[in-house]
Amino acid sequence: MLGTYFTFPELLIWIPLFTGIICFFLKNQKTVRSVAIISSIATLAVSCCALYFSDAVKYPSYNQVNYIWMKQIGSTLHLGLDKTGHLLTFLTALSFPVIFITTIKNNYKNAAAFYGLMLLSQAGLMGVFSAMDALLFYFCWELALVPVYFLCSKWGGEKRIQTTFKFFVYTFLGSLLMLIGIMYVYMHSPGRAFEDGTTVAHSFSMQAFYTTALSLKDQSWLFWLFFAAFAVKMPIFPLHTWQPDTYDQSPTAVTMVLSGIMVKMGLFGVIRWLLPVLPGASHKFANIAIVLSIVGIIYASCIAMVQDNIKKLIAYSSIAHIGLMSASLFSVNEMSLQGMMIQMFNHGINIIGLWVVVDILERKTGVKQLSQLGGIAAKAPALTWMLVIIALANIALPLTNGFVGEFMMFAGLYQVNIWYAVISGLGIILAAVYTLNMIQKIFYGPVNSITENVTDISFNEKLGLMVIIIFIFVLGVYPQPLIELTKNAVEGLLH
Amino acid sequence: MDIKAYIILSLVLFSIGMIGVLVRRNSIVVFMCIELMLNSVNLLLVAFSKMHAISGIAKASPTYANDAQIFVFFIMVVAAAEVTVGLAIIVMLYRNIHSVDINFLNRLKN
Amino acid sequence: MNNVLHIVWLVPFLPLVGFLITGLLRNHLSKALTGIIASGVIAAAFGVSFYLFTEVLKGNTYVAHYFNFIQTDYLTIGFDLKVDQLSSLFLLIITGIGFLIHVYSTSYMHEESSAHFARYFSYLNLFVFSMLLLVLGSNYIIMFIGWEGVGLCSYLLIGYWFKNIEYTNAAKKAFIMNRIGDLGFLLAVFWFIAKVGSVDYDVVLSAASISKLTATDITGITMLLFIGATGKSAQIPLYTWLPDAMAGPTPVSALIHAATMVTAGIYMIARSNVLFTMAHTTQNVIAIVGIATMVVAATIALKQNDIKKVLAYSTVSQLGYMFVALGTGAYTAAVFHVMTHAFFKALLFLGAGSVIHAMGGEQDMRNMGGLKKYMPFTKITFLVGCIAIAGIPPFSGFFSKDEILASAFEHNKILWVIGVLGAMMTAFYMFRLYAMTFMGNFRGTEHQQQHLHESPAAITIPLIILAFLSIIGGWVGIPEVMVHGGHRLEHFLEPIFRASNAIDLKHIPDHTTEWMLMGVSVAVSIMAILFAISKFSKYNKSDAPETGIGRILQHKWYVDEIYNAVITKPLARLSAFFDAIIERRGIDAIVNGTGKAVNYGSRQLRWLQSGQVGAYVLLMVLGIIILFIIQMFL
Repeated sequence: MLGTYFTFPELLIWIPLFTGIICFFLKNQKTVRSVAIISSIATLAVSCCALYFSDAVKYPSYNQVNYIWMKQIGSTLHLGLDKTGHLLTFLTALSFPVIFITTIKNNYKNAAAFYGLMLLSQAGLMGVFSAMDALLFYFCWELALVPVYFLCSKWGGEKRIQTTFKFFVYTFLGSLLMLIGIMYVYMHSPGRAFEDGTTVAHSFSMQAFYTTALSLKDQSWLFWLFFAAFAVKMPIFPLHTWQPDTYDQSPTAVTMVLSGIMVKMGLFGVIRWLLPVLPGASHKFANIAIVLSIVGIIYASCIAMVQDNIKKLIAYSSIAHIGLMSASLFSVNEMSLQGMMIQMFNHGINIIGLWVVVDILERKTGVKQLSQLGGIAAKAPALTWMLVIIALANIALPLTNGFVGEFMMFAGLYQVNIWYAVISGLGIILAAVYTLNMIQKIFYGPVNSITENVTDISFNEKLGLMVIIIFIFVLGVYPQPLIELTKNAVEGLLH
Repeated sequence: MDIKAYIILSLVLFSIGMIGVLVRRNSIVVFMCIELMLNSVNLLLVAFSKMHAISGIAKASPTYANDAQIFVFFIMVVAAAEVTVGLAIIVMLYRNIHSVDINFLNRLKN
Repeated sequence: MNNVLHIVWLVPFLPLVGFLITGLLRNHLSKALTGIIASGVIAAAFGVSFYLFTEVLKGNTYVAHYFNFIQTDYLTIGFDLKVDQLSSLFLLIITGIGFLIHVYSTSYMHEESSAHFARYFSYLNLFVFSMLLLVLGSNYIIMFIGWEGVGLCSYLLIGYWFKNIEYTNAAKKAFIMNRIGDLGFLLAVFWFIAKVGSVDYDVVLSAASISKLTATDITGITMLLFIGATGKSAQIPLYTWLPDAMAGPTPVSALIHAATMVTAGIYMIARSNVLFTMAHTTQNVIAIVGIATMVVAATIALKQNDIKKVLAYSTVSQLGYMFVALGTGAYTAAVFHVMTHAFFKALLFLGAGSVIHAMGGEQDMRNMGGLKKYMPFTKITFLVGCIAIAGIPPFSGFFSKDEILASAFEHNKILWVIGVLGAMMTAFYMFRLYAMTFMGNFRGTEHQQQHLHESPAAITIPLIILAFLSIIGGWVGIPEVMVHGGHRLEHFLEPIFRASNAIDLKHIPDHTTEWMLMGVSVAVSIMAILFAISKFSKYNKSDAPETGIGRILQHKWYVDEIYNAVITKPLARLSAFFDAIIERRGIDAIVNGTGKAVNYGSRQLRWLQSGQVGAYVLLMVLGIIILFIIQMFL
C-alpha cells in the first residue's frame, strides 16, 4: 500500500512543500505557526517510519521513487533514501520541530512568509538528501538556499543586506561552478533507455554519473568545481568568511537551519557526488583538502577564543568542527568515515541546542556580547545546566554524543598521518578554552544590571532542550543505532 | 544574368542606407535608411535563391527552388509590422518632445 | 554471567543514581535527605566493593561484559568492567574515603542553601561515579570516559562557588590543563588502535600484541600515556592547576585533589606496567620528571602561608614520589604510596577544613596559631597526619616512602639523595604548618577567637577514622627485612605486575643497606621536624617581605607568570592577529575587494552607454567591420 501510492522520500518533500505554500496564504500569525509546527511534526513522524522501514532489502519499494520528469534530456524525478539519506533526512525532520517550538516566542513581521520560506527550505533540504539525479540535486540545492537568502535579508539583523549579499555571492558562485561541473559530467555520461522506449544519449541519473569514465585530467579540474560548491557550504578555510556574519545576522531560527543542517549539505555532496563521481581526483587532492580543513580547525578555534559576540563564537566553533568532519571525510578510511557519519548527526543536534540557548539569552537580555553578560547561573539554573551539557557535548566529552564521532574521526585521521591527528587534536584543547570561556562569561561571576532580571526558561524551551539533551545522552552512551544505520554507507564509500 | 550585378546593387543600396543611418539626425530618415538596408539584403537573398535554384534543380524536390522566396515574403511581412510599430513610436516621440531628432533621445542615460 | 563478580556494575551505578536523585530533585530535597541519599549510595557502593574485594582475595578475578559501546567491523569497544587486584584495591580507597568525605561534607557545607547543597552532593556523587568507572574500565576507552568525567567534576567542584570569577578561572585552568594531558592519552589510544586494533587491556597488554609493536611504538605510546598522566596527576609541566584548584570547597580538595583523582595517572601507568617496563627511555623520563616535580613542589611548599596551598604543593610533591616509584619500576611501591597518601592527605585536608571552618573561612596560617587548646580532636588527628607524611615509623607514610626511596637507591644514587632531601623538606613544611596552626599564640582577630570551637561529630569522626588508617595503613606493606612475609600488598598485587617483574629483575638490597637507608631518611626527617617546631612554634607575624630565594619560592618559581608569557599571551596575540589581520584585512578584504573592483569597473564601463543612437550605430558598424577584417585575415 505505502510503497505503491506513496513513498517516504516524496512524503518528506511534499509535506513541507505544500504546507509551505499554504502558509503564504494564511493571515493569522498563530495559525501559520501551528500549521508550520504540525507540518514539521508530521514530517518527523514520516521520517521515523522511514527509519523503521529503512532496510532496503526488505522494503525496496518504500524508499525509492522514480517519476518521469524531463525525459528528453535524461533527467527523472528520482528520489531515494540510502543510509546516509536516512540519517540526514531524519536530522532535518527532527530539527525543524525543535526549531519551531523553541523559537515560538519570537514574533516575526509577516509570519506567513517567514514560516512558508522555512518550510520551503526544509523541502529543499529533504530533496538534496534524497535526490538520485544530478539535475534534481542541483534544483533542490537551490530550493534549499534561495529561501534562506530571503529569510536572512528580510528578517535579519541591522547589517542584513550586506551580509546576505556576501552569503549569496559565495554560495551562488559555488552553486554555478557545480552546475558547470554537472553539465560537463553529463556530456560524458552514458545514455539510458526508458520503459516507454525513448532513449537518450546522456543522462543525469546518479547511476549514470557513477559509471561515467573521466580521464584524470578532466577529473582534476572538475574536482575543484564541485569542491568549491561544497567547500563554501561546509565551509572550509578560506571560503568561510560568509559564515560568521550570516550566522550573526540571520534570525536564530534560520541560523539553526544553516548551521545544523545546511552545512551537512556540503558534506553530503562530497559523499554522494564528489567521491564516487571523481574517485581519481578525490584521491589525488585528498591531502590538500585535509590540510585546508585542519588549518581551518586551528584557525577558527583561535578566532573563536577572542570573539566577544556569542553568535560569532559559535559560528567559528562550528567551522572548527566541520573542519574536522571534512578532514575525516577526505581521509576515507573506515574509522574516519564512520565517525564522520555519526558526527554529522550529532553535530546537528548539538549546535541547534547551542543556538536555542543563545536565542533564549538574547531574548532575555537583549545582548549577545559576552563581556556584557555574567552571573546568569544564579538567576536561571535550569538554563545553565542545560547549556553546560550541550556545550560539553559540543566539545566531545565522553558519554555525550559528541565523543564517539570525534574519537573515531581522530582515530581515522591518525591512520592517515599521525600529525593530522596531533594538530587537529590541538583543536579539542582550544575548543575547551573557548567553550569554558563562554560558559564562564555568560553564567558565572556576579550579576550585573543587564542580567539582573533574567528569569529561568519556560516550558516550551525546556521541552525543546530536553529533546536535545536526551539525544545527547542516549547517543552518547549507546551510539550503536547510529553506527548500525551508517555502516553500509561507509562500506559503500570505501568500495 | 550575372549574380555580380545583384551583389553590387545591393551593396550600394546597403551602404547608402548605412551612411544615412550614421549621418542623418532626423529619425524618419534614419528609419527609411534602415528599411533600405533591410531591403537590400532581401534583394540579395532573392538573387542567391534564384542562382542556387538553377544549379540545384535536378536533385531537388519541386518546392526546393522556392524556399528562399517564401522567406522573403516572411521578411516583408515582418518589416511591415516593424514599420507600423516604429512609426508609431516616432509619432509618440514627436508628441512628447516635439522633435524627431535622434540626438534628443538620450533620456535613459542618467 | 555466572561469576558473582558480575554485580560489579552496582558499584558505579549506585553513585550515578545518587547523582541523578540529588541533581534532578535538588529543589525539592531537604538538606538532611540529600546528605543521607548521597552518603548512603556511597556507603552501599563501599559495601559492594568490600564484598568484591573479599572475592578477589580468594583469587577470583573477572571481566564483566555488559554491552558494546562501539561496535564496528574493525573495532569493538565493550562496556566492560574489570575486577582484579588493582581495581578492587582502588575501589576500596575511592568508596571508603569517598564515604568519609561525604559524611564530613554534610556538616562542612551546611551553610549552603538546600539547592546548592544538593548541587554539591550531586557533583560529588558524579565524581565518585566517574572515578569508579576510571578504575573499573576494562579498556582504555572506559578508562578515558572516567578520566574525562573526573576532570569535568573537578571543574564543576572547583568552580562550585561560581559567583567568584577567580574560582571559575581556577576551574577553567584545571579543565584545560587536564585536556592537554588528555590529548596525549587519546593519541596513545589511537596508536593502539592503529597497531593492535584493540583497546582492551587484556588484548593490548598481552605478549602477542606487544610483539607487534616496535621499540619506537612502545616508547611513543608510553610517552603519550605519560603526558596524559602529567595532566591528571599534576606533574611538571602541567602541575600548576592543582594549587589553584584549592578554590574548591575543602572536602573536594581532600577527595579529588589529594586522595583519588590525582592518582589516576599512577593507576593508569600501573595498569599498563608491562609497556612501561619495556620502555626504558620513558621510565627514565618519568623518574626525572617525578623527582623534579617533587623537589620543585616541596620547595614552593616551604614558603606558602595559605594552609591549603601548602597541602596542595605537598600533594604535588608526593605525587612526584609516586612517579619516581613508577619510573624505577617499583609499581607496588607506587600503588602502596597512593593508598597511604590517600589516608593521610585526606586526613590533613579534612583537618585543615576543620580549622578553616572554625576560623570562619580564614586560610592564612599567619592569622592562626594556638588552636590546640580549642580543637583537641583536630589537633591530634592532624598531628598523626603530619607524622605519617613525614615518614616516621610505624606510621603508614614511612613504609611506602621508604620502599620508594629504596627503589630509587637501587636505580640511581642521585635519585635517592634528592629523594631524601625531599623527605626532609616534607617533614619541615608539614611541621611548619602544624606549628604555625596549632602551637604558639592565637594571632587572629578577637571576633575569630570567640568563635573558635571544635567541629561537630560529622567532621571529627571521619578525622578519627582517617587518623587510625594513617597509623595502621602502612602495616600491609612492612618490608621483608623487618617482618618475614610482611609485605602482604606485594603478594596481593603480584598477578598485576607479574609480567613486568619477569622482564625487569629487581636487585634486592642487602639487609644492612636497607636498614641504613631507613635510618638515614628517618633521621633527616626527625631533624627537620625538630628544626621546624623550634623555628615556628613561637611564630610572630612580620610584614617584612621575603627576599632572595624566599621571594622566588613564595612566588612559586614564577611558573605561572612564565606560562602566561610564553603560552597564554602569544596564543591570545596570535588569535587576535588571525581575527583582525587575516580574517578581516586578509580574506574578507579580498572578497570585498573583488566586489568593489567589479563595481568600479562597471561604473567606468557605464560611460560607453552614452544614449546617443548615432554612437551606438557607429560602434556597431565598427564592430562589424572589425569582424570582417578578422574574418578575412585569419
